[in-house]
Amino acid sequence: MILILLIVIPLLSGILSFAIKGDGAKTLGIISSMVSLALAAYVSGTNFSQPISYSHEWIPMLGTQFSLMADGMSGMLVLLTAIVTMVVMISNANKETENAGAFYGFMLLSQAGLMGVFLAADALVFYVFWELALIPVYFLCSRWGGEKRIAVTFKFFVYTFVGSLMLLAALIYLSLQTPGLSSYAWADIARAGSSLPEIVQIRLFWLVFIAFAIKMPIFPFHTWQPDTYEQSPTPVTIILSALMVKMGLFAVLHWLLPVLPKGVAYWSDTVVILSVIGIVYASCIAIVQTDIKRLIAYSSIAHMGLMSAVAFMHSGVGMHGIMVQMFNHGINITGMWLIVSMVEERWGTRDMTQMGGMATVAPRMAISLVIISLANIALPLTNGFVGEFMLFNGLFTGDGGAMHIGVMVIAGLGIILGAVYTLNMIQKSAYGNVTEMIVKKDLSVNEYAGLAIIISLILFLGVYPKPLLDLTAGVAEMIVR
Amino acid sequence: MKAIIATTIFGVIMMFAGLMVSNKKSIVAIATVLFAALLGVNIWDLTATSADAANNLFFNNMLRIEHYSMWFNTLMTGCTLLYALLMGKEIIKVGIHVAEYFALIFFILCGLYLLSTYNNMLMMFIGIEILSIPQYILAGSDKRNLKSSEASLKYFLMGSFTTGILLMGITLLYGASRSFNIMEIASMLNSDALNPLALAGILFIMIAFAFKVSAAPMHMWTPDVYDGSPTPFTAYMSTVLKAAAFFAFLRLFQVSFNTLSAHWTLILAIITAATLLVGNVTAVFQQSVKRMLAYSSIAQAGFMLFAVLAVNKFAWQGIIIYAAAYSVATIGLFSVLVKLKDFTYDGFNGLAKKEPFLAFTASIFLFSLAGIPLTGGFMAKYYVLLAVVQQGQLMWLVIFALLMAAISVFYYFRVIIAMYFKPGNPEMSSTLTTGDKLMLGITCALVILIGVAPQLFLNGI
Repeated sequence: MILILLIVIPLLSGILSFAIKGDGAKTLGIISSMVSLALAAYVSGTNFSQPISYSHEWIPMLGTQFSLMADGMSGMLVLLTAIVTMVVMISNANKETENAGAFYGFMLLSQAGLMGVFLAADALVFYVFWELALIPVYFLCSRWGGEKRIAVTFKFFVYTFVGSLMLLAALIYLSLQTPGLSSYAWADIARAGSSLPEIVQIRLFWLVFIAFAIKMPIFPFHTWQPDTYEQSPTPVTIILSALMVKMGLFAVLHWLLPVLPKGVAYWSDTVVILSVIGIVYASCIAIVQTDIKRLIAYSSIAHMGLMSAVAFMHSGVGMHGIMVQMFNHGINITGMWLIVSMVEERWGTRDMTQMGGMATVAPRMAISLVIISLANIALPLTNGFVGEFMLFNGLFTGDGGAMHIGVMVIAGLGIILGAVYTLNMIQKSAYGNVTEMIVKKDLSVNEYAGLAIIISLILFLGVYPKPLLDLTAGVAEMIVR
Repeated sequence: MKAIIATTIFGVIMMFAGLMVSNKKSIVAIATVLFAALLGVNIWDLTATSADAANNLFFNNMLRIEHYSMWFNTLMTGCTLLYALLMGKEIIKVGIHVAEYFALIFFILCGLYLLSTYNNMLMMFIGIEILSIPQYILAGSDKRNLKSSEASLKYFLMGSFTTGILLMGITLLYGASRSFNIMEIASMLNSDALNPLALAGILFIMIAFAFKVSAAPMHMWTPDVYDGSPTPFTAYMSTVLKAAAFFAFLRLFQVSFNTLSAHWTLILAIITAATLLVGNVTAVFQQSVKRMLAYSSIAQAGFMLFAVLAVNKFAWQGIIIYAAAYSVATIGLFSVLVKLKDFTYDGFNGLAKKEPFLAFTASIFLFSLAGIPLTGGFMAKYYVLLAVVQQGQLMWLVIFALLMAAISVFYYFRVIIAMYFKPGNPEMSSTLTTGDKLMLGITCALVILIGVAPQLFLNGI
């Protein structure tokens, strides 16, 4: 029952928010996200020896049930969704948004969609939420985004829609392989899929994977991403990069690896190579960016590339590392975007060659930037280190054959390049000549609160990652088996 | 079978109402009440349908009713009632013969009932003619508009040719099987040693139906006719009428030619692929929303052809849910369209600011046509895909169709972009009353209900 509340609360408050005029929507958003966080904390706090589940009749003639289930991984992602949404709501609290009711309404609706994706235990329910998370984001970007927003968001929408449709065809096919010809329950789909002959699995793999690859995004399906991140308003960029890309990775772990094991085995080398190309390619492009927002967008592609490479390496530690890193990356990237939006507001530009001296004029902001950036490049004692260490461990121990050394070296190169562009960004924006600010002030109270949550999580999980590790250990083992 | 008689009588009543009642609004009210009554008669028919097949033959085995035919009739009558409620005010504006327009719609329904229950090729032919002739008249009902007259003439000439081809097909088939009865034809034709006459007959009939459902390459008439006809009648032609033709198409191919599917599946699959390609790609380049909807109706026909291709039980579910979802959403969208003066995309600019409710409902209808989950259009596409994936041979067509569905997002979302993200002050042709809003709200709710609980609209089929 608690699982359905996780979806219903943001859904209802989202719908309600459309009807509210003025500042009420903001308050409603904060309250709703706090309630969600409390519920999510409760869900992820239970031990998952017995997964929590909820089920209700939906369309019996299609063999689909409205069933939800939470295990360690979905518990972790639900918690991440709740935390990130709340941080976004809090740090956006002092900003004036045009047509705030609709804006917060769409934000909450997308939260509901994300919760549904992470909790769905039925393929059709999963598909419905997968699409529902997309629609509000489409409206958010097209309405409140930058200059080129309409064309860019449209590209984003069409990309993801193509992927989703392919996924739908694959799901229909899989459901027809289940006993009784139509069942969408996760267990039935996984059983039917994994017992298909190898050649069918090999063909089916791309139908399923393309949707997830676009969402993650994996090279060469990433071209929508930098533009969309750049054009979206910052709260939406956060939702996209901290949460929606996790949908792709989560789906690979939950709906692909256990469902088509032979197909995965056949294509894993290809995907690993694509991911590694993505890491190096995105890092190189990030180095030459001067727009901070684009720089972080490319760095995000590099990070996701590492996680997706490990996902196809079939390694227990690696799998565990992905889950830890999903959470950490979500937290770190949220922090990065928050700083970017503050910079943009104060300097009126995102071009790092046009600005400098943040450490002199806004020292608190500069310190936050440094901490979050270092976490982003995985310095020890930050949360990023724990995840990245496990990922590399996974790359080394996984069954990549002779390839794994090469993969590891190239991926390691990505880390070094990551340090290059991140430190370059810190240097240019935080130090150097002091440039004129449009709005002269350091952090305001709510910005302070938002960043404090992020930074304390970074440090806490960097020093003591055990809670996060315990939460996801069982699932990681299960997926690899 | 009471509905066939009832609709004929109601048609005649409407013609007399034209003579006796001078107030046009009262005529619309009378028609609406009669549509509601007809819906009642249909439900009566539905409940009276016997489970025993032997009791369901009528008029010397000319008609045979099944549960799904009666359910289709009921749903389509429901759509017609919805249409009358949404479009009544607009029909008045078309011309002076308001009562006659409604009478023609009643006769069209008579044709529809025949097409969903025929058991004999002759009944099918009569059904198609009863369905088509009022359509020719409605297309040309805006007499002073040249485009309307052109549409009518074009449609009539092309339709007459097709009638000839259909008759030729029926004749050839009769030659091969010595029967007009669709059940007997099925038992007379042998797949392994198929008479070439029968094959030619099937091909001819397929061409005739492809014309009626505007499948490529027999779709050429559709854009001009739909664009030229008065908008309220375009809404009806492109929805309920098309669904009726599809149902007849499916009925014949499912009942008579089911066992011969190896002979015609590939041809029909190519027609389907061509329809999807032509409809979707051409729709992208349109500047007028009305013309875009004409091409979109061709594209949607491509999806409905899936049901004919899949010779299994899912096909009936597919065609019924598709007909309902597509009709409701399209009628809804047309009823938004007629509120505007300018039918181009630019005419929609800024509608969300001026009439937020109108823009919201239009978005839901467009979502449904594009097949976004939780709307009827998604479930419709889902069911026809299910039918064809189940059939198993046509995975290439499924993937092709899905790519085409992605293209359809381009032209459907263009309207949403115009309404929500572009500045402008659209000119309205009529003000939106509370009644209009209520009806649009109900239509919207129906679209979502089909998407959330499709089982309600399949009634155990």
